[in-house]
Amino acid sequence: MDILKFGYVVPTVEETMSKIWKKYLLWFAHQHANFRKEEMNSIISMFKITLRLVFESTDHPFWIVELSSPDEAYLIASRSVLLRYCIELWARSTNIEVLHSDLKSYPKDEIELYLSTTFKVVVETFCKHYTQREKVEKIETFNYLPLKGSVNLKNPDTTLFYIEYYGIESNSIPEKPIELFFGRWIADGQRDTIQKLSLKSRKFIGNTSMDPQLSIIMANQARVKKGDMVLDPFVGTGSLLIIASIFGGYTFGTDIDFLMLHARTRPSRISQKIRDKDESIASNMEQYGVKSRFLDVLVSDFSRTLWRTDMQLDAIITDPPYGIREAVERVGTLKSNPFIEDDQIHYPSKVIYKLEHLFIDLLIFSVKHLRLNGRVVFWFPLFRGKYSEDQLPFHPCLTLVASSEQILSNYTSRRLLTYEKIKEPETDDPACTIGEANFRDQYFNMRKESRTVRRLRQSGERARQRMEWEMRKTTNGDKT
Amino acid sequence: MKLLTHNMLTSKCLKGVLVGYPLKIEVQDLRICEVNCNLDFLIRVIPRIDYPVLYTAMETLGYANDLPSEKPEDYQTNEEFLKKLHHALFEIEIINGNLLCPETGRKFPINDGIPNMLLNEDET
Ligand SMILES: C[S@@+](CC[C@H](N)C(=O)[O-])C[C@H]1O[C@@H](n2cnc3c(N)ncnc32)[C@H](O)[C@@H]1O
Repeated sequence: MDILKFGYVVPTVEETMSKIWKKYLLWFAHQHANFRKEEMNSIISMFKITLRLVFESTDHPFWIVELSSPDEAYLIASRSVLLRYCIELWARSTNIEVLHSDLKSYPKDEIELYLSTTFKVVVETFCKHYTQREKVEKIETFNYLPLKGSVNLKNPDTTLFYIEYYGIESNSIPEKPIELFFGRWIADGQRDTIQKLSLKSRKFIGNTSMDPQLSIIMANQARVKKGDMVLDPFVGTGSLLIIASIFGGYTFGTDIDFLMLHARTRPSRISQKIRDKDESIASNMEQYGVKSRFLDVLVSDFSRTLWRTDMQLDAIITDPPYGIREAVERVGTLKSNPFIEDDQIHYPSKVIYKLEHLFIDLLIFSVKHLRLNGRVVFWFPLFRGKYSEDQLPFHPCLTLVASSEQILSNYTSRRLLTYEKIKEPETDDPACTIGEANFRDQYFNMRKESRTVRRLRQSGERARQRMEWEMRKTTNGDKT
Repeated sequence: MKLLTHNMLTSKCLKGVLVGYPLKIEVQDLRICEVNCNLDFLIRVIPRIDYPVLYTAMETLGYANDLPSEKPEDYQTNEEFLKKLHHALFEIEIINGNLLCPETGRKFPINDGIPNMLLNEDET
């Protein structure tokens, strides 16, 4: 048996002996599979849960693990967005006869405890369709179970799951299931939160608002807990702060874009001509019921010092500019509009020049302000194909705990990097560095702006600054 | 802007400014908004607060009576004090006004509750 060893202590023999370990089936969404392990590691280390791996996979959508209490399963489900649901596993086999005989030998008193109340049985068949009638027939094969309680489909005390897994190749579905599972449903993961945070129904969004699912993964990577102080230094429309506040963090952010923070940029919804008066990060926080944990946003340039040296944070989550969405194709669509709001379009000469510095600044800033074992989580753009860890930014006080790739095009990808602060800086520490500039040059050369695009961008920038100045004048003028 | 934020903010972005703390406050509009109180978070945040700076800010806003001038010894268990502290840090919002650099007097405007700490090109 494998034991996951990521930043937490493996229990002693006595601890292991005194607990009752049970098997759980974790069923995952078939999406972002290469973030699965990282998300799980972050969650179990945050709650100090020891999880023994029995079966783990990125190809198949399920894991089998052992936990010492169902409470731990609840905790995992309360955070994981990649988890669909968690089942206390009573039987598992590749063969239906064996599944039945295993189930028959599962401790009776354990089963009876749950089956004397109201219950229902759910049949899930992965990658193969069955009619309701056929599913009922399948349920009937389990009629040897001591089902003493009554069926309640709407609101049962116990939900049992029978799962037939036919693999993931929808164009070559096998005759018989590859794996069979039977168990008791414990909890659903956070798939619903994706819907809840949908950008479609969010009051204030922008072109760079982060996808809800990835935002949740980021907050998990950062291990945001109740009462944590969380900063996003490139806050934009504040997507990352929303989920951090939902997880109990006290959140604040900064952004260089005055118009963005005041929600005066061109609306990003096609259906919307002008922005509503009450659009803002604060009103988003209100929409999701977490305004009491939102502190502030400020207009400021990250490359300049803003905070007290001893300001201490529990987590930093951010999507710095050049998070890739500024692909060349996109620039053309801006031609007719002088108020271009995309940061990447506005400050490119400055930022391209300083991009290496931005990431180094971000790590140095994190070391300065994070508490020990606090985490910084951010996206890092890469030229695909030649990845190796030494291309990533390095700081002697930070250790890289996760680097998961999201592919964006044939040539480009971005990696979600998670660093944890492992020590306070000392004078003889090696320097903070960033890997070979080479591949990064390639990355940016591929998307060099044409002359006309640059001219448009510059005139847009001038128009913008004018507008900002006028706004400043009127707001100040109003009052004095 | 909340006073918790003010408590952490400096004007060190300005050339030649080394401390830039605390920023002076000029208020035009204030708003008091009731916010749920979380005692655990407060207790965690107290060691991170510069208390005299918070008290001075409250004085400037005319709320000196709402907070003791010194942090009581038993602050972790003194619920009455924690409630006052919560009010000061989270419930008072500066909507319009200015933050002033203590060394140079440079004004940073606050509009619609959002401070603008950006510099003009000639200041960098
Ligand atoms: C990729 S976007 C972040 C989007 C954000 N996660 C959201 O959900 O809307 C990057 C942000 O960085 C800001 N930015 C660019 N350069 C900056 C700088 N030097 N200091 C602070 N913010 C900056 C841009 O204005 C932009 O809003």
